[in-house]
Amino acid sequence: MPQDDGIIYQNSFPVEGGNFETAGQVSSQIKAILKSLNLPKEVVRRAALVAYESEINIVSYATQGEIKVVVRPAEVVVEANDVGPGIEDIELAMQAGYSTANEKIREMGFGAGMGLFNINTYSDIFHITSEVGRGTYLKMVVKINEKKEHET
Amino acid sequence: MTLREIKELLEAEVLVGHSQLDREITTAFGADLMSDVLAFAKPGSLLLTGLTNPQVVRTADVLDIAAILMVRGKRPTPETIRLAEELGIPILATKYILFESAGRLYSKGIRGCMEKVESDRATG
Repeated sequence: MPQDDGIIYQNSFPVEGGNFETAGQVSSQIKAILKSLNLPKEVVRRAALVAYESEINIVSYATQGEIKVVVRPAEVVVEANDVGPGIEDIELAMQAGYSTANEKIREMGFGAGMGLFNINTYSDIFHITSEVGRGTYLKMVVKINEKKEHET
Repeated sequence: MTLREIKELLEAEVLVGHSQLDREITTAFGADLMSDVLAFAKPGSLLLTGLTNPQVVRTADVLDIAAILMVRGKRPTPETIRLAEELGIPILATKYILFESAGRLYSKGIRGCMEKVESDRATG
């Protein structure tokens, strides 16, 4: 059960919208920190992956945002919050292959419409809320002692 | 196969990771779409790609990819090389196209990190 005590680590990292040069830097940093906490490899990988997809989304679509990481004994929680255009139809955006990406995003190798789909696949709990014209909030939980069915 | 054997097989140039050539590789994944790499590639695999920007290295780092093989004569940007050095991810470059590279690796026993995707994960 999520709890407020027992926090092993927490920090927030700002992410600049539109800055494709440094996209991914925050996630690399988060991955290194999680690794240093000696969490299981598979947990580190999944948490880094959802952080990375979130970071790419902020860089690709938002003006600015931040990624927050909280580590507790039983879970890693990654939250991504942005100020941006928001998502009109979340259900549609969650579908594999649906994308509103522009040329610049596609040049980087993204914008295939797999981001939110991947996040949903790799996290144990995933919440998304969005307000058009305001921004988007994602909360992703990776449980530490629970294996997901698919081996990631 | 080791990275060294892969280098010889594909007449590849080692751009980053000269000290890691003894690393053993058994599986691979090939794509130019990083979104698909994130969806499907497995840890420890070799990543075959024609994409050259730093996001290839970031993606490899997040997924614990063993090494990157840039195909069809593509050269990484200086920023990509710098990042790969910083994160310790080997980059090899070959002139063989993706299909040839994959075929030659397969004939030597390297297998895909998966055979097929599950139907709901293909594309919408």
